[in-house]
Amino acid sequence: MTTEVLKAPLVVEFPFTRSLGPVQSAFLTGLREQVVLGVRTADGRTLVPPVEYDPVTADEIRDLVQVAPTGTVTTWAWNPAPRRGQPLDMPFAWALVRLDGADTALLHALDAAGPDAVHTGMRVRVRWAAERSGAITDIACFEPYDSEIGGEVGAHDGQFESMVTGIVAQARLDYTYSPGRAQTAYINALAERRIVGERCPSCRKVYVPPRGACPTCGVATAEQVQVGPGGTVTTYCIVNIKARNLDIEVPYVYAHIALDGADLALHGRIGGIPYDQVHIGLRVEPVWTEGGRYPDHYRPTGEPDADYETFKELL
Amino acid sequence: MTREIAVVAFAQTDHRRTSDELSEVEMLMPVLHEVLDRTGLKTSDIGFTCSGSSDYLAGRAFSFTLALDGVGAWPPISESHVEMDGAWALYEAWTKLLTGDADTALVYAYGKSSPGSVRDVLTRQLDPYYVAPLWPDSVALAALQAQALIDAGYTDEPALAAVAARSRADAQANSHAQLRGSVPHGDYVVHPLRTGDCPPIGDGAAAVILAAGERARELCERPAWIRGIDHRIEAHSLGVRELTDSPSTRLAAEKAGVFERPVDTAELHAPFTSQEVVLRNALQLDDDVHVNPSGGALAANPIMAAGLIRIGEAAARIHRGESDRALAHATSGPCLQQNLVAVLEGEPRHVQ
Repeated sequence: MTTEVLKAPLVVEFPFTRSLGPVQSAFLTGLREQVVLGVRTADGRTLVPPVEYDPVTADEIRDLVQVAPTGTVTTWAWNPAPRRGQPLDMPFAWALVRLDGADTALLHALDAAGPDAVHTGMRVRVRWAAERSGAITDIACFEPYDSEIGGEVGAHDGQFESMVTGIVAQARLDYTYSPGRAQTAYINALAERRIVGERCPSCRKVYVPPRGACPTCGVATAEQVQVGPGGTVTTYCIVNIKARNLDIEVPYVYAHIALDGADLALHGRIGGIPYDQVHIGLRVEPVWTEGGRYPDHYRPTGEPDADYETFKELL
Repeated sequence: MTREIAVVAFAQTDHRRTSDELSEVEMLMPVLHEVLDRTGLKTSDIGFTCSGSSDYLAGRAFSFTLALDGVGAWPPISESHVEMDGAWALYEAWTKLLTGDADTALVYAYGKSSPGSVRDVLTRQLDPYYVAPLWPDSVALAALQAQALIDAGYTDEPALAAVAARSRADAQANSHAQLRGSVPHGDYVVHPLRTGDCPPIGDGAAAVILAAGERARELCERPAWIRGIDHRIEAHSLGVRELTDSPSTRLAAEKAGVFERPVDTAELHAPFTSQEVVLRNALQLDDDVHVNPSGGALAANPIMAAGLIRIGEAAARIHRGESDRALAHATSGPCLQQNLVAVLEGEPRHVQ
């Protein structure tokens, strides 16, 4: 029997919070003030954007210089379909731009009419963002600018009022998550309030939750086995710290539970009994709440404790 | 004395646009079993296991730990993982065998690109201060390199199209490849690269077994001896690099011994047509070298496995007697930032 595998949207989103060193701090603060800074290496080259260590010698470099907001395209690529997060939301060129006074090139977007309006060697200038915070996006993009090579270039102490010392770069990636065949079967069974594992064809052990492979033998598992609903607490701990966004009173007990017929304990919360009365060998069963897709917790069945011999292999 | 180490078995999945009916370990297991079956080894016989994969493809932290279920990590095994292409896992395994701590190694790599958007995912490997906030995708960065090559007169769009056509024609003979035969060159994705210049996005896995000295001869009729292997990296920032050249590839090749005498085969990890131009030049490959007889990454590019597959394909040609001295190359990072080069040789066959 084949069943459709489950799929669900999965969004991974995080604020990428980073501190800046002295050189990056000066560069990004400078962008906020519409000043482009580079760094000079021992052999006299000027690197823009600046780095703290010479990419050739690895020497520390701190010698800041101001370069012009005008420059020359060293290579480019026309982007007909901008993607989320990119600098412009209409077709634009990616360009490496060597600013006047610099020996290396900076990557950014170039606003131009079309691919025919862009060429290597063309002259461009910075278009500043209206609102600037001390980030590479303070440069909104480059734009064509007919000018000779030149502009103000010279030493700069890199000091501005209220230096930017960190950046937060938002990151978001979108996925469609699928747990695969074995875990789909497990999740579908849970929706019917059944717990299924898979038996290894080699060592005959039943793994739950199943992941399609026996972790001991390294072979594929496929034979489904229904386990539980009863089980035995094989070990536990008492949680005393309340987790954020978790509506469970502390202290509570978190336990390893060997479901009947399974050769691997899974974990779950124990409820329906005072926390200090939970013990190894306690017989429990799952409790599903209304609309719940998985057991909310496990509670005592009232049976006598399991004989140690029946679960000692599962500790 | 330095130990001799060889690739003795190679297996790969059929590479496909999606494989969402399979978890990573379900996708991986058949190739693990295939290399073990070829050598007659059991997981418990393997001295060292090393893998390559990326959490960003899976969208999940420590995703590689679940794949360990496929190698039988109990009782405890000696194992390691690189958050890189499996070619670098092979490098780690090679050094492990050199130490004499193990005689055999299982190296595997896998990537499922289908759950996410690989062009966006790869932006997360860029400099987080100056570049990643602009979200330049992998095709855009490759296109900047392609335009630089065109401006320098090293290639043009018809020549790039010819690289694509040759790769996919060669892939006809590769049943695992995702894109085979006549593939339309298509529209511009990011100018000057068209769809045909770009690799397919897909899911896949690969595995090889390495063995040292006499063990290799026991496990394989014609082992593919690793005569040299080296990897080098260039500056992260694209603006400080010479994009029309690949000095890191050239240096790695020199240290691996590529230039000591000619190779007959080169499996190059060039996901974009323009990158083959750069690599051929850096490696000084003559026209009589058979480049990417498998179809290369333009025919199948499972991220994190495609570099290991280059080594596997080169080794398999030696196993089959189709090559005597082959070069394998793997890359990582934007615009060929990091490059690994290996030289594989078969022992001389008796001439009648």
